[in-house]
Amino acid sequence: MFGGMKRFFVSVLLIILCFLLQTTVFQWLDFGGIVPNLMIVLTASFGFMRGEKTGLLFGFFCGLLIDIFFANVLGLNAMIYMYIGYANGKFNRIFYPEEIKLPLVLILISDFCYGLLYYITLFLMRGRFQFGFYFMNIILPEMVYTILVTLLLYPLVLWLNKKLEESEQRSARKFV
Amino acid sequence: MSPIVKKKGEKFTLPGKYLLFILTLLCTGLIVLTFSTDFLSAPASAVGGFLITPLQNGVSKAGAWLNTRSEELVQIRSLISENEELKAQIDELTMENIRLQQDRYELTNLRELYDLDAQYDEYEKVGARIIAKDSGNWFHSFVINKGSNDGLMIDMNVMAGSGLVGRIVDVGPTWSKVMSIIDDNSNTSGMILSTSDNLIVCGDLELYAEGVIRFEKLIDSADRVVEGDKIVTSNVSDKYLPGILIGYISKVNVDSNNLTKSGLITPAVDFEHLEEVLVITELKQTTED
Repeated sequence: MFGGMKRFFVSVLLIILCFLLQTTVFQWLDFGGIVPNLMIVLTASFGFMRGEKTGLLFGFFCGLLIDIFFANVLGLNAMIYMYIGYANGKFNRIFYPEEIKLPLVLILISDFCYGLLYYITLFLMRGRFQFGFYFMNIILPEMVYTILVTLLLYPLVLWLNKKLEESEQRSARKFV
Repeated sequence: MSPIVKKKGEKFTLPGKYLLFILTLLCTGLIVLTFSTDFLSAPASAVGGFLITPLQNGVSKAGAWLNTRSEELVQIRSLISENEELKAQIDELTMENIRLQQDRYELTNLRELYDLDAQYDEYEKVGARIIAKDSGNWFHSFVINKGSNDGLMIDMNVMAGSGLVGRIVDVGPTWSKVMSIIDDNSNTSGMILSTSDNLIVCGDLELYAEGVIRFEKLIDSADRVVEGDKIVTSNVSDKYLPGILIGYISKVNVDSNNLTKSGLITPAVDFEHLEEVLVITELKQTTED
């Protein structure tokens, strides 16, 4: 499903690493109490780099990890992240590694969608109607910070994906 | 060709949309299941805690160390002058302490006379370190590095310094999750210390940036409550032990129904810079003896 044992282990490591960074190191590096959303960067980038299926699996496991630790109901984050990963996978056809604009826009939109869905499910449902406030104080700052971190994190993810694809091609050639 | 028909010699693969459908069903099932019962949360938390918490513990320690070092450099100069001031203050406080000890002696005697228990003073406490915070920006729960192995249980109260932080909502072997009183879905039953009027303290994300929390449903027909009054946890709360300081009233408004009052509280705890907390290893239900 992730394509090979090596890719599977690298993927698991990457998810755990990002989760750890987000819950520990970045909590120290917050700006005005706002932390970037690394899990969205990860889910979205693997979505448009590898296609729908990888995207939705990445989203599912990232979300599940957050659910296990910080959510009151299991599965809500998993579902939101999964759909975001799947939707990003739809853009796999027009994705080129050399192009940076499309990934940035996609990650920005993904983070906005995440904020919107989270607001609707956990705040609007409890009668918190001031969307303007939540947008200006939580969603927008998070988007800005996330996109700044993306500029550092995305090249790394891209490079990792390239290395993995190269090693997979090498081993495929060996068997042919 | 149908996408799920297996061709000869080809590895079986499931198309994305079917996988999406299956996992959606799984998630919906999990949401319904964990919303109505909590039989899944224990094993899931145990697995997660076993794998992740040791790592979080290490990374967090390294991060905290770096943070302290950098802060130390910045603060040395201000610390020197502060030290002078504090030394002067110590002398003052020592005098005051002696006076208070005398008062306390008198108080104990009077309490004995009135046959009251000095139950608020001596709760058993355990110190713990915060190792991870909520990954998003919407809620303010965090994970501490002690769990059921250290005797912690769900609903135990968590303090920092002299103020209330929150309570434990989830426990693993070596970690527990704490929901703070400033969390947007937290409601705490409180009481004005001077007048014993009850009120509800609600966390509110909209007020978080201003460093205050909200209170509601204060019945104070005699208009005795003023700004600066101390708010402690109430006797009628079923989760919180009575008499723990929550904060100070910073604003009082009369509600439109003219019966109740609401307003703002400045919490006694600095939630922005929380690093270590104290867990009271006593549950409200077991204190009645």
